[in-house]
Amino acid sequence: MTVLNGKGVLDGIAIGKIVFYQRKGQEAVKRHVENTEEELRRYQDAKEQEAADLKKLYEKALHEAGEKSAKIFEIHQMILEDIDFCDAITDTIKSERVNAEYAVKKACDTYIQTISAIDDPYLKERAADIRDISQKLIGILTNSESDTFTSEEPVIIAADDLTPSETVQLDKSKILAFITINGSVNSHTAILARSMNIPAVVAVGEELGLKYNGNNAIVDGASGRIYIAPDAETVRLFSERREAKKAEQEQLHSLKGKKSVTMDGKEINIYANIGRPEDVEAVLRNDAEGIGLFRSEFLYLGRETYPTEEEQFQAYRSVAENMQGKQVIIRTLDIGADKQADYFEMPKEANPAMGCRAIRICLTRQDIFKTQLRALYRASAFGNIAIMFPMIISVGEVRAIKQIIHAVQLELSGEGAAYNPETKLGIMVETPAAALISDELAKEVDFFSIGTNDLTQYTLAIDRQNPSLEHFYDAHHKAVLTLIRITAENAHKNGIFVGICGELGADLSLTETFLRMGIDELSVSAPCVLPLRKKVMETRMDR
Amino acid sequence: MVSQKVKIQLKYGLHARPAGTLAKLAQQYPCDVKMQLNEKIFNIKSIMGVISAGVKCGTEVELICNGTDERKALHELIGAIQSGLGE
Repeated sequence: MTVLNGKGVLDGIAIGKIVFYQRKGQEAVKRHVENTEEELRRYQDAKEQEAADLKKLYEKALHEAGEKSAKIFEIHQMILEDIDFCDAITDTIKSERVNAEYAVKKACDTYIQTISAIDDPYLKERAADIRDISQKLIGILTNSESDTFTSEEPVIIAADDLTPSETVQLDKSKILAFITINGSVNSHTAILARSMNIPAVVAVGEELGLKYNGNNAIVDGASGRIYIAPDAETVRLFSERREAKKAEQEQLHSLKGKKSVTMDGKEINIYANIGRPEDVEAVLRNDAEGIGLFRSEFLYLGRETYPTEEEQFQAYRSVAENMQGKQVIIRTLDIGADKQADYFEMPKEANPAMGCRAIRICLTRQDIFKTQLRALYRASAFGNIAIMFPMIISVGEVRAIKQIIHAVQLELSGEGAAYNPETKLGIMVETPAAALISDELAKEVDFFSIGTNDLTQYTLAIDRQNPSLEHFYDAHHKAVLTLIRITAENAHKNGIFVGICGELGADLSLTETFLRMGIDELSVSAPCVLPLRKKVMETRMDR
Repeated sequence: MVSQKVKIQLKYGLHARPAGTLAKLAQQYPCDVKMQLNEKIFNIKSIMGVISAGVKCGTEVELICNGTDERKALHELIGAIQSGLGE
């Protein structure tokens, strides 16, 4: 048994025969031509043929891997028709009096060289797109048959790297896994493998040689390992793991579209937490019933100037629209403590966890807060948005926020901008203070969301980032659970809903406890949604 | 001729998809639209021009418009870049 290491792309196990994807490798030999008009016409014809092929590939990818992945073939179409690209090819034909194949190769090689030299692992990968287009154009010009891969049984496909077209053209029912010598987790093969849900290991290196063609192997996408010619015991072990994983996946998959309701009829909403607009795809894929926490920090971090209102508006609006009427709870700026942005020019603090952070910054620097609120309210016209404020400790803060909101609404009305005046407002309960006065706070807002990470840290006075305190740390500490219970009781007494958006929400050993407390919504990371729904559906409370 | 500097804030920089979006937008204006980066000039109306520039996240580029409607083009393209080119 030989073990090879690469980078795993998708958690999954495949067991089968390795088959190398071999290209016919059409050579673009340089030929001197007298009739350049003829070569220009051949190039135009090939271009048209390629454009038609790309349309078909787009449809196939759209069907098998979704719109985002399919989009790459639209880009290929743009490159194919790009003025600079076309000019480079036609100029070569005319000035050097050479054949179309060679002119295509020359233009592509120049671009591939430039792009490969870019000092960025992701942008560099785009050379693969040019290679893909070049190969296909030359293939059409030389009239070669397209690379065909045929196999009776599903196999593990090995290659140096696969172009996007090659990946999509493969018959999916015959592929157990992809393994490639080159490539990276950002290459199209990796991206497509992920969206087609096929395990893949990339960047294995030259050790993945042709000599392994036809060998049996195990591909473990989770660890990035490939076991070639595995012994019976290893095969048995991985078969069992594969079956267990498959059964679990199937069971979870069957829960999509179902309500999260206990055996005795108690229903709870399971939402997802997101940090960026592009995370919505995972939210929908995992069938979350809404977004319980959209952290707005991504707009502020990793940059050098404040985000504009327009930028924020576009981000909130796109999430609201993509969620199609499902609730999206957006948390206003929660910066400070461990999340810093230099351009805020916040003075250094001796104790940042208890310093000027989150709502305290917003109430001190109201211009920043107002810009965000304007963007949020403008976006509220495009979906079911709710706004939530972090680090609240007093009723006075909530009233101050509401005054600012009132001013923002007047401004927007004055400008004739559309917004939803009924937008629900809530607060994070993440300080012991807020939990203890939750009866009063509940009278001011439409909902609570309990942030268990900070609530635990502030209640136990333990820094969770400090590993030497692990011994003292108890995630299920009675004090924390008591504060959660008090908050839930006060919410319901005042007729508002209460959710949990911290890590404890995904802790399956507490699900029943939270259901009994009457928590209305649990918001967890997208991959945790279905396991949590399963847990809820297996729970009985009338015992 | 008008020009303005702008910082690219996209997580993966101007990769294939936003490059395509930017080229498409630029093609709508009659004026020349170029981008200057590290003393090199790239044609923004060409997706190959944008991709070849290899603009990473956090890089500042200078957008240069020259010709009819140059002000309008510059203003609108800067706005589109700042709002993330649909990413």
